[in-house]
Amino acid sequence: MKILVAVKRVIDYNVQVRVKEDGTGVVTDNVKMSTNPPDDNAIEEAVKIKESGKAKEIVAVTIGEDKAQETVRKALAVGADRGIHVKVDGIVEPLAVSKILQKIVDKEKPDLIFMGKQAIDDDCNQTGQMLAALLNYPQATFASKIEVKDKSLEVIREVDEGLETIEVNIPAIVTCDLRLNEPRYASLPNIMKAKKKPLEQINATDLGVDTKPRIEQIKVEEPPKRKAGIKVSSVAELVQKLKNEAKVI
Amino acid sequence: MSVLLIAEHNNKEVKPFTQNAITAASQIDQDLHVLVIGKNVDAVTKSISEVPNVKKVIQVDNEIYENFLAENYTPVIIKQSENYSHIVCSANTFGKNLMPRVAALLDTSQVSDIIKVISADTFLRPIYAGNAFATVKSNDKKKCITIRPTSFDPAPSTGGSAEIIKVDGSEATTLTKFIKREEVKSDRPELGTARIVISGGRGMQSGENFKLITSIADKLNAAIGASRAAVDAGYITNDHQVGQTGKVVVPDLYIAVGISGAIQHLAGMKESKVIVAINKDGEAPIFSVADYGLEADLFEALPQFLEELNKLNTIQK
Ligand SMILES: Cc1cc2nc3c(=O)[nH]c(=O)nc-3n(C[C@H](O)[C@H](O)[C@H](O)COP(=O)(O)OP(=O)(O)OC[C@H]3O[C@@H](n4cnc5c(N)ncnc54)[C@H](O)[C@@H]3O)c2cc1C
Ligand SMILES: Nc1ncnc2c1ncn2[C@@H]1O[C@H](COP(=O)(O)O)[C@@H](O)[C@H]1O
Repeated sequence: MKILVAVKRVIDYNVQVRVKEDGTGVVTDNVKMSTNPPDDNAIEEAVKIKESGKAKEIVAVTIGEDKAQETVRKALAVGADRGIHVKVDGIVEPLAVSKILQKIVDKEKPDLIFMGKQAIDDDCNQTGQMLAALLNYPQATFASKIEVKDKSLEVIREVDEGLETIEVNIPAIVTCDLRLNEPRYASLPNIMKAKKKPLEQINATDLGVDTKPRIEQIKVEEPPKRKAGIKVSSVAELVQKLKNEAKVI
Repeated sequence: MSVLLIAEHNNKEVKPFTQNAITAASQIDQDLHVLVIGKNVDAVTKSISEVPNVKKVIQVDNEIYENFLAENYTPVIIKQSENYSHIVCSANTFGKNLMPRVAALLDTSQVSDIIKVISADTFLRPIYAGNAFATVKSNDKKKCITIRPTSFDPAPSTGGSAEIIKVDGSEATTLTKFIKREEVKSDRPELGTARIVISGGRGMQSGENFKLITSIADKLNAAIGASRAAVDAGYITNDHQVGQTGKVVVPDLYIAVGISGAIQHLAGMKESKVIVAINKDGEAPIFSVADYGLEADLFEALPQFLEELNKLNTIQK
């Protein structure tokens, strides 16, 4: 079995994101970048499946500017075998990402495609579902547990009501939640080894995919600030304020 | 131009957030139609037809829709989409799972999680866990949009009488099989729509200790929330998680107990009208969004809180 994992480079989740003064976006200069957190879970799951003997090869793919390669290198360092970097500059919307991934799937013919459930920069939560539509594959979104069976996967999904279990035929798309597993760290020797693993570079234009955004970003601004609150000195004072000042209880 | 809203329901009742999505959808265009896909959903269709903002309800009834699989819903929506300029749905796990599958087949770049309708093609949406708001204009002919329900008031639910039409569905998918749903039943108000929410974090130290929160929730008729750390540690189930990758809540009162206030948690609660933080660390970031901060050990503060509430002769519920 072959597993394709899509990994995106985003601003690190610990960074306090700041909006640019000219309203064109957020500050990215000299800002720490990392792999989108649930994409680490996607890689980890693929590696675990390979370690269990059920998969032979893991291919990590990213779409973005040159530096996005770091994300693939990190995936290689924790156990992916091969990398693909599809080069595109600027914003690539989930629709275009899914069209690019469709081309990669046509070529690589993976049995499973693992992705994160949501990119923490655009917060779109779209790409896996879109790719599943384009390929006419089943989709197991928001996965917190995966069991590989003969020709299918049994997946536990986190939904608003609680948990849902579904069975999807292989080939399938899975989008991963952070609770799926505990991603491992790359050891120094493995980081060194990853440098020698193959990483193929493709231009999006060579794949024949139009990546021009369909959505115009007119303005990016700071959200309204809450006005500063107060500290209360006791529980009694808190309850009194909630009752008589805020009038919420 | 007309808008088609995909209703969320449990085959018996409309989910409350559909009502909020109706408000947003009718701000996009007055000619709002609602699509109800499910099994034995006459009652759902009827109740939606009574919503004054709704002009028409389209019902697709078949047992294959019992479990709301996106693989089964999508062909039905694609078929109906011909007559509409906008396809919309709530941005909860139902809509998040479904809408992109529809959008991709319509070759549309979806606009996720809008919090304001600026015009029929321009919307406001949070990005970076709500640390920035983006005004975006969709240039696609057909627009697929998900709506953050808590950013819109629920539409009035009675007084209308929309036309109802019934149409046939498509074939069942063979790709995906539903196995089971483990729903956490409770008599408490729903997290998403509760007037008061009290949430516990890693500071609670155990699931057992959540009973301190439960007894206050009982007293205030509040819903119970949690941080991701509390869910990850197994103190409470995932359906309680508030935040960027959990639920968004906008109650009148949000009480955060033993929660540090990571940006991913704030993303789900910082629009609440009044925020209370109880934390023993005076430097915890949660205090920067709290209207009333109490720097205290929660194991002392929560029992006192309950005691003080018991002393009140009236509590607004
Ligand atoms: C991609 C991504 C998505 C995420 N999504 C979410 C999300 O949706 N929701 C979410 O909540 N988190 C989310 N997180 C996790 C988030 O970053 C934080 O790790 C998490 O919110 C921390 O939870 P906490 O505040 O309960 O725990 P901690 O940060 O450990 O804080 C515990 C707090 O309890 C206080 N405390 C301890 N003991 C006591 C006591 N006896 N009395 C009073 N106070 C006490 C401490 O002072 C501390 O402030 C996400 C993270 C990532 C990377
Ligand atoms: N540019 C990209 N390169 C690789 N994978 C991506 C890219 N954009 C999105 N993805 C994948 O799609 C998931 C969901 O992203 P999104 O739909 O943008 O929230 C991510 O967690 C990634 O696995």
